[in-house]
Amino acid sequence: MDFLLDPLQYDFIVRALLAAGIVGVVCSILGVYIVLRGMAFLGDAMAHTILPGVVAAFLLGWPLAVGALIMGVLTALGIGVLTERTALKEDTAIGVIFAGLFALGVAMLSLRGNYSIDLAHFLFGNLLGVSSGDLLLTAVLGVVVLVLIFLFYKEFLVISFDPVLAETLRLPTRFLNYLLLILIAVTIVVALQVVGVALMLAILVTPAATASFVTRRLPSMMIVSAVIGVFSGVVGVYASYYLNIPSGPAVVLTATLIFLLGLAVAAGRNRRGALETSAPEAA
Amino acid sequence: MKATIMRDTQAAPAHGVAHEPGAPTLELDNVWVSYNGKLSSGNGGASHALEAVTFRVERGERVAVVGPNGAGKSTLFKLIVGTLRPDRGRVSIFGHGPDGHICIAYVPQRNQVDWNFPVTVEDVVMMGRVGQIGLLRRPGKSDWGIVRSALGRVGAANLAHKRIGELSGGQQQRVFLARALAQEAELVLLDEPLNGLDTPTQEAIIAILDDLRRDGVTVLLATHDLDLAAERFDRIMLLNRRVIAFEPPATALRADNLLRAYGGHLHHVDGSGAMIVADDCFDN
Repeated sequence: MDFLLDPLQYDFIVRALLAAGIVGVVCSILGVYIVLRGMAFLGDAMAHTILPGVVAAFLLGWPLAVGALIMGVLTALGIGVLTERTALKEDTAIGVIFAGLFALGVAMLSLRGNYSIDLAHFLFGNLLGVSSGDLLLTAVLGVVVLVLIFLFYKEFLVISFDPVLAETLRLPTRFLNYLLLILIAVTIVVALQVVGVALMLAILVTPAATASFVTRRLPSMMIVSAVIGVFSGVVGVYASYYLNIPSGPAVVLTATLIFLLGLAVAAGRNRRGALETSAPEAA
Repeated sequence: MKATIMRDTQAAPAHGVAHEPGAPTLELDNVWVSYNGKLSSGNGGASHALEAVTFRVERGERVAVVGPNGAGKSTLFKLIVGTLRPDRGRVSIFGHGPDGHICIAYVPQRNQVDWNFPVTVEDVVMMGRVGQIGLLRRPGKSDWGIVRSALGRVGAANLAHKRIGELSGGQQQRVFLARALAQEAELVLLDEPLNGLDTPTQEAIIAILDDLRRDGVTVLLATHDLDLAAERFDRIMLLNRRVIAFEPPATALRADNLLRAYGGHLHHVDGSGAMIVADDCFDN
């Protein structure tokens, strides 16, 4: 019990736990769409492209989230326009923007003296440095993302499962696609301090991928994914505290272990299922 | 169906554009579509996917759209659904362009659906209601009622809670037809829905189309199966970038028409089955 309660005497740990919990819910629920729509590469790219925005805010002394948010929304729109208007394949367009902007961010950061520590924080998260202002912003943005996912639930379901149906039902498909990109950008901003740029993709896709093993419908996939996300976040914070490893890797490693567990359970069930269905045929 | 009656009495439907009284269900007038300005190698150097396509389909008709691969069947369906615009000419559905209509249902080819998607059969059928329900609203009791009765009509009520990945080929087609019913579609396009189904299953799907016809639902179905097209459809559209023939089966499948539709493209015909069918028809 002391093992769990001990760290709670520090305010920064409490804030870190709250931030990890919020991030766990928001990332894992939005991550369900990223997994189902095959947008993992896009999510990874968007996490990297916000770096120059974050660094600019950092150098100017603004809240980091402001720079990240501006850059994230610009990237979402930029990728949308590039793939709509040019003959480039989507992954090529994304790759070009992704690498270019990430390089710009690193170059900007290197202008500062203690470059390697700052870079490590941006790349791998600095959960234990979450201020109460950061926490408030994380909570507000997280709630906005969840409310929008809830409000547009059935439309996002249709554009994800059957884009042609979305067209024939005359849904505002362009608006919905851009909205989803912007929600991904905002979610990345929310998760920036917890996991950092380099590991962002894991917190977006790993809980959702795990949930896909054990669920049959989208709402239950979202709930299971959120539970895994929160659990990974909280365990990650404790691991970070006791093992003295950065928060990002701690959270991601926890999520990955749960994924492997889920994989084993699913494999076992499939084998049993195969035996059960083959048994009557053999009889 | 209630919505059909409402539209026929000229009252504007709650969503989507009104239907012009007396206008044909579907009318294409001199429609041209280019290949995005590109000359693709698979079409013999032709610059158009569709050329000068003109035809009319009346309410409740059942039309088989037949032609070699690359003949423009999918392009034609995209035009009618409204996801593609013609370079020239006009597409009208009940007297208006496709844009405002939510009464057009498209049943995709089976390989275009992600069968691992975490949705149940009733979730998929409910998707057909999303247009009528409207933004920011949840499905109500009446929507669930419509979904259940749609599943009942296609004989799939017992599948409601199955995950779509667990369905057989025939069940998959039933579910997508139920979705078209839930959408209250008056024009249903099916893209090769019968491929790979055994004969009894094909017959069961055709029986559902018979049921739709009683409600005045118009059906366009793309197929490679000339026998089926000849036996179970009111008219056959032979398509090869142009409309070669659009007539009742007896005249549409004359040898000269088939030669013009398939002649230079025999290597495009899928599988030996389709070739044998074509040979039978040449003997007539």
